[in-house]
Amino acid sequence: MRWPGQLRMGIRMLFERGRQGSRLDEELGYHIERQTAENMAAGMSAKEARFAALRSFGNPALVREQARATWSWGWLESLWRDVRYGVRALGRTPGFAAIAILVMALGIGANVALFTVVRSVLLKPLPFRDPGRLVSLYEHSNDDTFAFNAVSGGMFAEWLKQNHSFSDMAIMGDEGFNLAGAGEQLPEKIQGSNCSWNLLQTLGVQPALGRSFTAADDQHSANGTVLMSWSLWKRRFGGDRAILNQPVYLNGQPYTVIGILPAWFAYPDGKTQLWTPIYHDKPATFMAGVDMHSFAVVGRLRPGVTMSQGVADLSVITHRVHDEHLDNASVSKAANIMPLLESMVGEITRPLYVLLAATCCVLLIACLNVANLLIARAAARRRELAIRSALGGSRWRLLRERLMESFLLSAAGGAAGLVLAFGAVEWLVRTRLDISRVEAIHIDGAVAAFTAGIVVVCALFAGFISSLSTQDAHLLAWLQDSSRGASAGQGRARLRMTLLAAEVGLTVVLLTSAGLLLKSYAHLRSSELGCTTHNVLTMRLDLFGKRYNDPAQLANFYAALLARVRTLPGVNAAGFVQAVPGQGYWGDNGFTIVEHPPLPAGQAQYAIDRFADPGYFATMGIPLLRGRSFDPSKRVERANEAVISKSFVDQYFPGEDPIGKHLSVMGHSMTIVGVAGDTRYAPSEKPKPMQYFHLYSGFLNNGSLVIRSSHDVEQLALPVQRVVAELDHQLPVSDVLTMDQLLGKSTLDASFNATLLLGFAVLSLMLAGVGLFGVLSYIVAQRTSEIGIRIALGAPREQVMGKVLLDGLRPALSGLVFGLAASAAIVRLIRSMLYETQPLDPAVFGAVVATLLLVAALACVLPAWRALRVDPMQALRTE
Amino acid sequence: MVGFRPVRAQFGGAKKLLRYLDGLQLAVDNLGMGKPNDLVQGTLDLLILKTVAPQPMHGWAIGKRIQQISGEVLQVQQGSLYPALHRLEQQGWITAEWAESETGRQAKFYSLTAPGRAQLEKETANWGRLSAAINLIVSEA
Repeated sequence: MRWPGQLRMGIRMLFERGRQGSRLDEELGYHIERQTAENMAAGMSAKEARFAALRSFGNPALVREQARATWSWGWLESLWRDVRYGVRALGRTPGFAAIAILVMALGIGANVALFTVVRSVLLKPLPFRDPGRLVSLYEHSNDDTFAFNAVSGGMFAEWLKQNHSFSDMAIMGDEGFNLAGAGEQLPEKIQGSNCSWNLLQTLGVQPALGRSFTAADDQHSANGTVLMSWSLWKRRFGGDRAILNQPVYLNGQPYTVIGILPAWFAYPDGKTQLWTPIYHDKPATFMAGVDMHSFAVVGRLRPGVTMSQGVADLSVITHRVHDEHLDNASVSKAANIMPLLESMVGEITRPLYVLLAATCCVLLIACLNVANLLIARAAARRRELAIRSALGGSRWRLLRERLMESFLLSAAGGAAGLVLAFGAVEWLVRTRLDISRVEAIHIDGAVAAFTAGIVVVCALFAGFISSLSTQDAHLLAWLQDSSRGASAGQGRARLRMTLLAAEVGLTVVLLTSAGLLLKSYAHLRSSELGCTTHNVLTMRLDLFGKRYNDPAQLANFYAALLARVRTLPGVNAAGFVQAVPGQGYWGDNGFTIVEHPPLPAGQAQYAIDRFADPGYFATMGIPLLRGRSFDPSKRVERANEAVISKSFVDQYFPGEDPIGKHLSVMGHSMTIVGVAGDTRYAPSEKPKPMQYFHLYSGFLNNGSLVIRSSHDVEQLALPVQRVVAELDHQLPVSDVLTMDQLLGKSTLDASFNATLLLGFAVLSLMLAGVGLFGVLSYIVAQRTSEIGIRIALGAPREQVMGKVLLDGLRPALSGLVFGLAASAAIVRLIRSMLYETQPLDPAVFGAVVATLLLVAALACVLPAWRALRVDPMQALRTE
Repeated sequence: MVGFRPVRAQFGGAKKLLRYLDGLQLAVDNLGMGKPNDLVQGTLDLLILKTVAPQPMHGWAIGKRIQQISGEVLQVQQGSLYPALHRLEQQGWITAEWAESETGRQAKFYSLTAPGRAQLEKETANWGRLSAAINLIVSEA
């Protein structure tokens, strides 16, 4: 049992090292004193006695060191000594240290930030019970256009009834709510979700307060109930528990608040703040339809059931339902399945990994650069190192110093990088609300550990690479080298040249990828939407409540609103539409053309729906190619007119005049009165057939108000909102955006990826340029006397300069070739992120080559110019 | 670094004179440089443990006592004594306390710990076997 004693000793030696040191001195002093006393007792004089005592004692400093060497924590002491030595050494060249730390900080910071995002969004399991068994379920559309199509209510009901593979299955759909309190509070538009009562049970989540839905709540006849997100409860209701079991008004209907969800809960996404029972909210007929694909379905696989077994089970059921509705081509034949996590983050996966790979390249370049700087430093100190080596300094000792310097640089860079990463992640969470699970992104212990790991790897990498340059065989040569002004061997620069070539190669890869993404983004932004986007303001309105239940009242409201907005000063035109171009797909509907023969059984034709007011086309500058717009005087049943898009005509009325023909949509017959130009529902999607219906039929209760002005359309936002409030002060207005802002939002990820990658590429380019400049300057400085001799012997200065330039451009050129080859292979990986841009786009590759050569030439010019200016006499005298 | 050597050898070559010590001949060749040989170090440890066993002692007295008991044959060098004391303290065989010495000044007194006492018994037994074995060989020759 000696460990307690050893532990006590260990602790004492760690925390009382200074005191123990002085105690040791006292102890040794006492010894000498006693010896002196003894000598005096033996008859020596005081002076003689002390002298003899000291002589017999030997070297006190050595004894002290030897005694100290037996203490525990000796390694810590020598480590600390190395650290102090390293800090002092770096402190002597603050410029070098600052540059190296900054380079490392950028490399490490970018990596840590991206790693945080990738880990939080892609790698962390969903915060639900046993998330590995949760899956998203889809219908597979018959025409194979949509392999992962939304599910119809009727199909879900059959799945739920007949399946053997899922322990739970829930259905949900997005829904916007106008939320108002019981009093006269301002209404507000809230993103919510209709879901079946067992959604939380399927996910394995309990409300933080109150209760979840029961089957009894989820019926059309039940009283309205609502679950609320933690943040909405805190923000709108001040976190007051009294709101439980109290009514709130959603779209004018009373709903009792039965529970508050935990703060971390974000499903189906972070924007969803309210959940209501779907069978209570939606008409039973709608929920029973088997051809209206409107919903998302989440299921929990039974233990032991695989995804393929689960989807096979559902596909059998789906096929059975299909066979019962052979006349309806919109009824699917098969089901599809995807892990829930993948369904939530699938779209962002590849861009995130591409960005992570880019940051890894940046970090590699940063390491190479620091290694390069360390080599330059070692070269400057080569005499000191050679002397120390000659005096017996061990190789390990010298390597340890190098590693310590590299470690100090990496650690300082890592600390600064972590701060940068904090800022970057904060910024990202604020700007990229469209990334799913963005609310889950946090810097935590694992990220800190990752940072520490990166620091160690970088330190070892840079330290070892740079130590390749100090080989024992060279040491003696260095001593001789510097004794007389012989030209420095070129061998030493070769390693740096290789590092530079690698840097340039990586830079080329980054530049190419960034160039392709930028070009793709430019294509995306300039893609012809089919309407004007200049000086157009949009805002969304949702019309709920008793006064909008009657189609005639609704139609009158639209007419009155538009009439008043059009009279506002500055408004050139105003219209109202379900969704403006670029705002998304929204929905489609099957149709038949009354004048055409009936379709063969099992075939369907459908087009995107858009309800629009008569002035919409003129407001958005969508050309009417034939016929006219809707008749503004018609209301409700009489407003049975349709306008179809050009691609609709091309596909379904080839070689025919559609004007005057009739469409039958959901049992309503409409006369086609006009043909409008094509528009795109998303900037990256080709125009699809579109059918416009008359807004004044009073069918639609939500959409976008669009206002066009000749200048400064944003200034009209407030006056228009005032008009809306005058008509109905309970009506919330949301998403007030100009067309440009709206399109910027829909192309946000493309611009984000392109911009970030460009930033990384520019950073790498700068690092490579600086590296090139540094190495070339070094070579020129080393060879000053050689150049002097050459010039003295009559070499033309142009030839000397050409040689120097060639020295600098050679690594750039080999790096360029290597980088282009690597890019050609790598860009295939980002093919799916490109829009109307070929991976091997010659313009982009050409631009990269030109940029790189330009930067390399710039980096080489100054050193070459210096070589040109060498005065032979001066050069020979300096040595 | 020399472990300890006969008093008479003080002005002579440490290496040669160490041969006077029968039991340590094995160790001699390793004493010229580098770390102290295990055998020498082990022996010094044994001497220290044995010396502080009866009562706490400070460094100077330990050295003195080894010298006296050995009949002035063994003189422990300070360069070996203090590192050995500190090492034994780190290992937990002995413990140290500052107390007033016989001259009235503070000195560091070392005493045996309970594990140290067990270690002393073990080492003593080892030493007995080792020296007997070496004696057998040496007297045979």
